[in-house]
Amino acid sequence: MQNPSIRDQWFAVKIFHPKRHILCYNHTSMKKTAGKYRYSLILLRELVKTDFKLRYQGSVLGMLWSVLKPVMLFAVMYIVFVRFLRFGAGIPHFAVSLLLALTLWSFFAESASQGMRAIVDRGSLLRKINFPKYIVVVSATVSALINLSINLVVVLIFAIINGVDFSWYILLAPMVILQLYIFSLAVAFLLATLYVKWRDIGHIWEVILQTGFYATPIIYPLTLVAAQSVLASKILLLNPMAQMIQDLRYLLIYDGTETVWNYIGNFWVALIPILFTIMLAILAGLYFYKSSRRFTEEI
Amino acid sequence: MVQKIALEIKNVSKSFKLPTEKSNGIKNSFINWMKGRRGFKMQHVLHDVSFTVDEGDFFGIVGRNGSGKSTLLKLISSIYVPDNGKISVNGSLVPFIELGVGFNPELTGRENVYLNSAMLGFSNDETDEMYDDIVNFAELHEFMDQKLKNYSSGMQVRLAFSVAIKAQGDILVLDEVLAVGDEAFQRKCYAYFAELKRHKKTVILVTHSMDAVQQFCNKALMIEKGEIVKLGNTAEIAQLYRELFMGGSQKAMIKTERNGISNRNIDINTKLRKTDDKLTFDVRMRSKVKTGNPEITFVIRRDNGELVYRWTSGEKIAHKLNLNTICNLRIGIENIFPNGIFDVQIAIREKDRTKDYAIFDNIISFEIINKGSHPNDIYWKPKEEYRIDEIAQ
Repeated sequence: MQNPSIRDQWFAVKIFHPKRHILCYNHTSMKKTAGKYRYSLILLRELVKTDFKLRYQGSVLGMLWSVLKPVMLFAVMYIVFVRFLRFGAGIPHFAVSLLLALTLWSFFAESASQGMRAIVDRGSLLRKINFPKYIVVVSATVSALINLSINLVVVLIFAIINGVDFSWYILLAPMVILQLYIFSLAVAFLLATLYVKWRDIGHIWEVILQTGFYATPIIYPLTLVAAQSVLASKILLLNPMAQMIQDLRYLLIYDGTETVWNYIGNFWVALIPILFTIMLAILAGLYFYKSSRRFTEEI
Repeated sequence: MVQKIALEIKNVSKSFKLPTEKSNGIKNSFINWMKGRRGFKMQHVLHDVSFTVDEGDFFGIVGRNGSGKSTLLKLISSIYVPDNGKISVNGSLVPFIELGVGFNPELTGRENVYLNSAMLGFSNDETDEMYDDIVNFAELHEFMDQKLKNYSSGMQVRLAFSVAIKAQGDILVLDEVLAVGDEAFQRKCYAYFAELKRHKKTVILVTHSMDAVQQFCNKALMIEKGEIVKLGNTAEIAQLYRELFMGGSQKAMIKTERNGISNRNIDINTKLRKTDDKLTFDVRMRSKVKTGNPEITFVIRRDNGELVYRWTSGEKIAHKLNLNTICNLRIGIENIFPNGIFDVQIAIREKDRTKDYAIFDNIISFEIINKGSHPNDIYWKPKEEYRIDEIAQ
């Protein structure tokens, strides 16, 4: 929080001893900022730790569930869509592509949904002690991020078994994962803020999430849409989740995957998903920050 | 020595939006908007409050429930933001609005200590250092690896308080933490407050207990309906508080009175009248079921549960009581009560104990403050005669 009295003091004193007190003011403010971030980090670490301890408490397989869940979901999807409905026939390593996309999507879904409820769920805590509110949202997404990294290892193992040839492109993958994290965090901030005001968001979000899942080329290849309408497939690809999933498929699994860069045909249009991510991150961050001052009164 | 200001509150006001109906749904928001309703009512909790706390002050904030003192505390702890005015804090402030913030029943005692101290801003290493101290103070060595849900509530409080007092901020904000734990632990807490006072720590204490205020604080603030009633030395504040809210100069004061109280068997209505030397209780009873041979027991207990007076109709009245009509019982007791808070309990049972019609606790609670006597004078003063004979050997 800005401390007006120190500022006033500074202005008052500046008239008499300009140099000395500018230094003094900077020093205290720097110390304060450093302290604030140190506190945030300590708290974030402890919250993530607690969250992880509690998540699989009492279950026999414990942490293993964070791997088993997406793999089991994958098994169902694989049998239904790849084996029965023959989606992705003729596309190399489509099964691994499917697993990768499911992993990425479940990260997004988990961080957005957990992040949305984070503020309200920790309401009683927020009313007892003052700490930066973004910590609870970030801690929810960090837990999901840890899950994602475990799952990506599983994906890589599957890819190796499946005989995927890795190229140097793999080194670009962290950039896309960073974008994915920023995008998910931005959505989490936006939803968390809205959820404090209207609890309906919880239900609406479930529907949107389900719609998004089918509007993104996860269980079906983009070529399936392109066969009906090329324009529709291009529009689908402009959704940031589709862009990121396709990019990662391109970088990790099969370099024949359609991405915004090789499919849209116009560089500026291809930039839309990334620009959208940045815009959303800025706006959601500001909206959250502005509203967070009043969270304790509204929860 | 020039005293530095630790905390400055300047013209602070705060009001809350109280939703008139459930308005955290989009539908309700929309309906309210359509009908031009605001969907909430403004509740003014604090109005233009200003005061300063100097470094080394033990500052008491007193007030009744709903007077705005907790809101003030949350503003100081920057959990809420003020509508107007400004609050400046000089140094690090450690708030204890509640003990054991973030305690999780599924974690062990040890894990909770680390979590709780992280909330208060301590890193893992710092907590490592003070861990033994905390466990020693709480006296919970053998329980630290048990889950918190297996602790008794008293043990939880002890653990929480121990973490709290090890947190070394510049300014300590304490809310009502005095009223917890068993007597031995409470004594320990008081000893800790005394230590804080000796070390000239800056403490802000919110409490109902005038004893605590008088014992520890050097300055106090009384707040009522969101406005400062008085800011001054503790003796004045305690005196004023007692006069306003406890009936101060009167001999006895009724704290709470549950006039109409009933269960499915019996309606009961109790009134207390007090004069300087007598307390008179009027109990009006009417039974809703057919009673056989009922017996009324009237008991006064001290707030710590100690039985101080008992009256039973079975011992005093020979004839059979008829509660099926309205029955009035009047008991007058000589007021030799010492200072303290007392509760009245009434039980109506079948004389042969085959049936309980009603057992009502805390029908009336009253506080006795004898004017002129020392507030800590809590002994009974019956009429007494004594004589000392010195017999030469």
